Amino acid sequence: MTAPVSVESPVRRPVRHVEHCMGTVFTFDVRGDGVDRAALQRAVDWLHWVDATFSTYRKDSAISRLARGEHSVADCPREVGEVLELCRQADRASGGYFTATPGGALDPSGVVKGWAVERASELLRAAGSSSHAVGGGGDIQATGEAAPGQPWRIGIAHPLRPGNVAAVVTGRDLAVATSGTAERGSHVIDPLTGRTPTGLASVTVVGRRLSIVDGYATAALAMGTAGREWLQGLPGVRAFAVTSGGQTWQTGEFT
Amino acid sequence: MKRATLATLATVTGLVLLLGFKSHSTNGGLATVTTARSPANPPSAGARVRPRRSHHPQAVTVRSVTGAIAATPYGPVQVEISLRGSRITAVHPLQLPGGAQRSVQIADYAIPQLVQETLAAQSAHIDMVSGASFTSAGYERSLQSALDRAGA
Repeated sequence: MTAPVSVESPVRRPVRHVEHCMGTVFTFDVRGDGVDRAALQRAVDWLHWVDATFSTYRKDSAISRLARGEHSVADCPREVGEVLELCRQADRASGGYFTATPGGALDPSGVVKGWAVERASELLRAAGSSSHAVGGGGDIQATGEAAPGQPWRIGIAHPLRPGNVAAVVTGRDLAVATSGTAERGSHVIDPLTGRTPTGLASVTVVGRRLSIVDGYATAALAMGTAGREWLQGLPGVRAFAVTSGGQTWQTGEFT
Repeated sequence: MKRATLATLATVTGLVLLLGFKSHSTNGGLATVTTARSPANPPSAGARVRPRRSHHPQAVTVRSVTGAIAATPYGPVQVEISLRGSRITAVHPLQLPGGAQRSVQIADYAIPQLVQETLAAQSAHIDMVSGASFTSAGYERSLQSALDRAGA
């Protein structure tokens, strides 16, 4: 007797889906003609695979084995090497304010989520969608437009006034990453002081690729108010920040 | 230094104007009174109504409006705005936290595309929310979860 085979519907349709993974929550918002169920499942499965591979909380993950020296990078899936390279780029660009080894232990969490979301977005694009947004833990990759002629509207949560939006960013094909002290992750440490930074309540970086701006936002938060000048000098990105005193600043040209 | 002050003033002014023009403002909203501006008579909310009209009958009304005192995170703020028709042409701070009063002439008052005033999420018509990383538990309290529930 053969096991029943589930037939995934090949019909494409727009869809909203929420998935708990990596200790946080991911949101899929597929517009336009949409994707078929199998494509959405592939994107969801991808997130869980990233979790299994990169979680520092799982002793048997590839990243944990690498951190303990049980494996070399060559023994790991090639995606591990890709993520470490992203970390190196962010480290170089930020003068070390982004690091894959905060406190000495290997932990690329500062880019993994953004990179995973960017890849999930590419999977949906490969499945035929040209209008979708994927968010994970507050970082977003938005493809195409929200509707014909309508750019995506991404609110930036106000770090000091829960329930309020501090600003709205609009655009097409954009990535929005926010780092903040509201729910501090252990990866946000000022490498010079060894302490969590003060000065900025949150910083948001807007650019083309989430895997890049995710690292920039993490680094900028660690820099505190000095991050403003650094962000101003980065090509192709715009930034918006809320200080712990509730004031705001922005860099680059928001049109 | 001056630029930073003006930027702060603009932000504070924007905040006050937002408070002033909201129809359900708890501090009483914008007082629709006009006063003749004069150093000898400091303007205050609740003074007489007297629009200053220009000499040309077909011209647009020019008037000054004093706002109610708004409590902001920076301290109490009160401004008087000059209007030409419905266009704001000048903002005169009457009361600013930290002292110095300075007039700001604004040729074209426009709120930038990146809106800096605090907005209620539901009136901002947004597709998704970017914010500091949240855990699964934190998600339940987040704006994103409210959007997801509404869009489901």
